[in-house]
Amino acid sequence: MYDWHEIGALDDVPRLGSRVAQTPHGDVAVFRTADDQVFALRDRCPHKGGPLSQGIVHGHRVTCPLHNWVLELESGQAVAPDVGCATHYPVRVENGRLWLGLNNVVSLAAVA
Amino acid sequence: MKKEKLVLVGNGMAGMRTLEELLTIAPDQYDITVFGAEPHGNYNRILLSPVLAGEKTVEQIMLNDLDWYAARGITLHTGKAVTQINRARRQVIAADGAFAPYDRLLLATGSDPIILPVPGNDLPGVITFRDIQDVQAMVDAAHAGRKHAVVIGGGLLGLEAANGLMKQGMEVTVVHLLDVLMERQLDTEAAALLRASLEERGLRFLLGAQTVAILGEEQVKGVRFKDGLEIPADLVVMAVGIRPSISLAKAAGIHCERGIVVNDTLQTYDPRIYAVGECVQHRGQTYGLVAPLWEQARVCANHLAHFGISRYQGSVTSTKLKVTGIDVFSAGEFGGGPGCDEIVLRDQARGVYKKLVVKDNRVKGAVLYGDTIDGSWYFQLLRESTDIGAFRESILFGQAHLGNAGHGGGNNVLAMPDEAEICGCNGVRKGAIVKAITAQKLFTLEEVRAHTKASASCGSCTGLVEQLLAATVGDYSKTSREKPLCACTEHSHDQVRKVIREQHLTRLRAVFDFMEWKTPDGCHSCRPAINFYLIATWPGEAQDDAQSRYINERVHANIQKDGTYSVVPRMWGGLTSPQELRAIADVADKFQIPTVKVTGGQRIDLLGVKKEDLPKVWADLNAAGMVSGHAYGKSLRTVKTCVGSEWCRFGTQDSTGLGVKLEKMTWGSWTPHKFKMAVSGCPRNCAEATIKDFGVVCVDSGYELHVGGNGGIKLRGTDLLGKVATEEEAMEYAGAFMQLYREEARYLERTAPWLERVGLTYVKQRIVEDGEGRKALHQRFLESQQYAQIDPWAERASGRVAAHEFEPLRRVG
Ligand code: SRM
Ligand SMILES: Cc1cc2nc3c(=O)[nH]c(=O)nc-3n(C[C@H](O)[C@H](O)[C@H](O)COP(=O)(O)OP(=O)(O)OC[C@H]3O[C@@H](n4cnc5c(N)ncnc54)[C@H](O)[C@@H]3O)c2cc1C
Ligand code: SF4
Ligand code: FES
Repeated sequence: MYDWHEIGALDDVPRLGSRVAQTPHGDVAVFRTADDQVFALRDRCPHKGGPLSQGIVHGHRVTCPLHNWVLELESGQAVAPDVGCATHYPVRVENGRLWLGLNNVVSLAAVA
Repeated sequence: MKKEKLVLVGNGMAGMRTLEELLTIAPDQYDITVFGAEPHGNYNRILLSPVLAGEKTVEQIMLNDLDWYAARGITLHTGKAVTQINRARRQVIAADGAFAPYDRLLLATGSDPIILPVPGNDLPGVITFRDIQDVQAMVDAAHAGRKHAVVIGGGLLGLEAANGLMKQGMEVTVVHLLDVLMERQLDTEAAALLRASLEERGLRFLLGAQTVAILGEEQVKGVRFKDGLEIPADLVVMAVGIRPSISLAKAAGIHCERGIVVNDTLQTYDPRIYAVGECVQHRGQTYGLVAPLWEQARVCANHLAHFGISRYQGSVTSTKLKVTGIDVFSAGEFGGGPGCDEIVLRDQARGVYKKLVVKDNRVKGAVLYGDTIDGSWYFQLLRESTDIGAFRESILFGQAHLGNAGHGGGNNVLAMPDEAEICGCNGVRKGAIVKAITAQKLFTLEEVRAHTKASASCGSCTGLVEQLLAATVGDYSKTSREKPLCACTEHSHDQVRKVIREQHLTRLRAVFDFMEWKTPDGCHSCRPAINFYLIATWPGEAQDDAQSRYINERVHANIQKDGTYSVVPRMWGGLTSPQELRAIADVADKFQIPTVKVTGGQRIDLLGVKKEDLPKVWADLNAAGMVSGHAYGKSLRTVKTCVGSEWCRFGTQDSTGLGVKLEKMTWGSWTPHKFKMAVSGCPRNCAEATIKDFGVVCVDSGYELHVGGNGGIKLRGTDLLGKVATEEEAMEYAGAFMQLYREEARYLERTAPWLERVGLTYVKQRIVEDGEGRKALHQRFLESQQYAQIDPWAERASGRVAAHEFEPLRRVG
């Protein structure tokens, strides 16, 4: 199922910001919200592949920097009227460290 | 000096308009007496139709109430018909014996509705449609439960009466002699469409029917036609035409034909007596619409005031049907004739029919059904006999469709000249409306109606007036109630700014708390806006919040479609050097930057830089003395220059040098939207200064300063702010202008729309007229620059600022 990888400290990610973890699944954007919750999405916008890690984080959402699609951090779903979904990954915080869960069956499609 | 005496007979639209015109140009010339047969002040007869339809009240259509007359010292006799004019004694005498002497007499008796000469035409229940009393009679009949109404006459007036009666709950049959409704305004096809949609609303039609008798003993009971058909009727309205009301003039021996004959100054054959309105015949023509009356009133007032300089030369008229929800427009000779072509558009699905009659590439007539928005444009082309050759193919698609490359969202009414008539009913021109909107600071349609009377009558020009209002004050619907900044709040941009200043707020969180934001931390629209307001209001004090900046501003480079970045170093005033170029070349090689391009802003763009390389690229560029060009920011972008007096044979001043100084003064500043400047060395304007936010055009005697230009989505040339003699002044004006824009424009509002919203006059007053204020603005600008002119690239290349932005968190797997 999941392999858990330590990817750094919570404080490495700014509040209302995001940083990228480079993985065999491609780049994963790790987001930290104002209430210190952490989420991870594939760093590719379902619209035209924009890097979501560069977007503006607000509430539990992120706005893509290229054409302003808004995605739910929890599910990766685009907020209506847009339709699309970015892959989401489990992350958790333990003693101030960040752990990212990666499916141990590496999907070829995701790497391509 | 004793005032002359002016008497007006006929308290209606034309006569009263003449008095109003007269009072504005010669308020003290006459002692004025008015006789009116109706027991009211002057009202807007046109609007009797909406009154009948229950869409307006009688109070709402009063134009001059009794107080109006009193306030101007005018003696008004209501309910008194004048029965005699004694020209020898220069007196008018009313039915009750009241009389008034005159030096000048104005006849405006209007016209009388025609009553068909058939038996029974005087039965109770047979009425016409001309005045308040008639409308009252119709409404009473409907309320008394009378059921069947027959309207004789399928013209404009008949159809409006029928529609109104139907709205009052009666079953209405319209009887018309011909097969075509409104045959004087419509062709067969438009008439058929009109009939269909009126039938859909419940009107019944009896076409090709000649009335021969009205039936009934004490009260009307029915109508009989030539073919023997009889239909029941509890009310019969005759709307078969009007006849100029000339009996009074005729009895006094004033020359009349169909109407009272007047010359081009509206004078009758008796030089002391003038006449205006539907009662006159001018150059063989009589009129039954108000637009010509306004022109007559203007000319007549001019002569009554002894100015003697204008002439009435007849009118071309257009008509609209005032039945809510049905759009019909007609003008000119729509029937065609020898040498005429017809251009026709039919769109059955939309219920639209448009026909133009064209001769030698000039519009001669127009019939529009279903889509009448361009009626006034066609009418203008018709009156001005414009050659339409250039846009003949697309003319039926309307004025908005005319090519206007670069001017996105072109606006019909903006294209009209000031003299163009917007409101045909009240003869109000575009210039007058714009003037009233700006001078009296009008915001709503109602205010414009009250001040100018435009759109106050038949209402068919409402759309145009709204467009004018929107174009003149900005979108008025927004102005009267400002739009909220975004969905996170009810507050507008301006309110947020005000609170930030008054409450001395320096942090985003404080704004959210104080203004009770609906979301925990805003969104991508409000956060960047508030962040800008904070740092622009409290420079050095407010916290610039990186996470509330759009990615380009956060990482000081432009994101590209593939997620890489572009880097544009500053080249002051477009100047560069071999050393700088060498450094750029080296950087491009070292970091394998795929594209090097000269930008539209006179500098060089390095495109395709990987994010993690950015700090290293910047370090190398810094080492060669280059700093960020802010090609990514809502901030000062470029200052373009031309070579100027240093090299150019036409150059009048050192435009390059001034450009460099301006850029050194202003770089690094954050603005509501991007801000671009240019300096040209002479009016040939090679630096394109007149499409910049702030542009300088050098001339022999100094520097012309231009503002509010935009070369982007919607092309806008600058407005001239003023002219100054020295470079120092040019710099001061530039700083002050930028600061005013920084302090007052809304986030993402560029100088062009901002200037159009607040008006050039306002900006001139703040920057040009108020010298002290200008200096203070400039001073505030310089102060805030102390905190802004820190090269963001150097900060980040040093690794001390925002290093996390440029490095991945971790490589796993
Ligand atoms: C690089 C450049 C094109 C070029 O290769 O020459 C350019 C590139 C972009 N322009 Fe531009 N504009 C460039 C000169 C211009 C000019 C010409 C000028 O400045 O004289 C104009 C018209 C003049 C004007 O602004 O009035 C121009 C009008 C725009 C507009 C329309 C702005 C408007 O108010 O209507 C946008 C869209 C916007 O800002 O919202 C825009 C937006 C953009 C963006 C930022 C699009 C975006 O959001 O990503 C492009 C960024 C590309 C990048 O990453 O570098 N660009 N852009 C030019 C950079 C100039 C520089 O040295 O800084
Ligand atoms: C229901 C209706 C709808 C209309 N709709 C439109 C429209 O949409 N567009 C348009 O352009 N036009 C329209 N018209 C026509 C427009 O109202 C007239 O063209 C305009 O009112 C004529 O103005 P006037 O001053 O010449 O006559 P009036 O407005 O009729 O004024 C004449 C006045 O003189 C009085 N009078 C007459 N003789 C005497 C006398 N001997 N002594 C004292 N007083 C006297 C009359 O009682 C009357 O009050 C409409 C008319 C009606 C009735
Ligand atoms: S015109 Fe400007 S915004 Fe459009 S593609 Fe070219 S650079 Fe990009
Ligand atoms: S790529 Fe994300 S909105 Fe277009």
